[in-house]
Amino acid sequence: MSRSEERSSGAPTAPRAIVAGHAEFAAGLVSAVQQITGRGDQLIPVSVAKLSVEDIEKLLRTRMQEANVRVIFTDLQAGSCTMASRRILRGMDDAVLVAGANLPTLLDFVFAEGRSPSEAARHAAERGKAAITAHGAGGEGA
Amino acid sequence: MTLELYRIDDRLIHGQVVVGWGQPLDIGFIVLVDDAVATSDWEQELYRMGVPPEMEVYFHTANDAVGVLAKYRADPRHGLLLTGDIATMRRLVDNAGVRAVNVGGIHAGVGRTQRLRYVFLSLDEERQLRELGTRAEVTARDVPGARPVSLNDLLAGDEP
Repeated sequence: MSRSEERSSGAPTAPRAIVAGHAEFAAGLVSAVQQITGRGDQLIPVSVAKLSVEDIEKLLRTRMQEANVRVIFTDLQAGSCTMASRRILRGMDDAVLVAGANLPTLLDFVFAEGRSPSEAARHAAERGKAAITAHGAGGEGA
Repeated sequence: MTLELYRIDDRLIHGQVVVGWGQPLDIGFIVLVDDAVATSDWEQELYRMGVPPEMEVYFHTANDAVGVLAKYRADPRHGLLLTGDIATMRRLVDNAGVRAVNVGGIHAGVGRTQRLRYVFLSLDEERQLRELGTRAEVTARDVPGARPVSLNDLLAGDEP
């Protein structure tokens, strides 16, 4: 990694993953990551409104190739972006899709600069799952 | 119960179908009618991965579907039928007694112009929809909370 790709903190600034989902899901999450950490530039938000399945796949594939990334975060198991990503990742052994991503997932990912992007994505998926809790109404989290 | 919805949606199984319609209609199964998907194990697995475990998906070619819709209509669960294009739905309207069709999503593509936020049509697809409208009630609605758009308003690009 060149010096120009690093901040003074050592965090990578080159994109490391795509974020895609319904409506403004991706832009919203990436803006939140940027506001909280200043590391939003590791994530490329992709919006797919109005696109056909074929065009969603083309767009995601193009963004991945342009940025040379192998990680995709999506919002919903059944979502069109998830379906398209599964098609793209077919046969790409070094690529990872994380479906059901949330803000804690992405925060963990952008701070995992010591891991490869695929390792960071798998770790982030676990952190994202663990970050969901319910409070109140007599539950354990109350 | 019965098949609650006959939907044209070029994204086939996706969020609006599984969650948007699936939850309020308590959908227990989806009948996906598409010649390409029905002949690809990999595509079928892909779509099965997109639905919750309690929801089943059945795949048929257009030809096969004509002969099996009666079985699905008699299923005690609520079901939803999907086609990816107008022509496939037309075959079910003509040969399998479908009387109401939901246009749920036909997205941007070469030669298509926008009619609604979620419906883009070529001139040939417009002709196909007009013909379909002479044989079944055709309305557009992407999600249950939206107001149905009549075929005339759809073709005029008049979205409420």
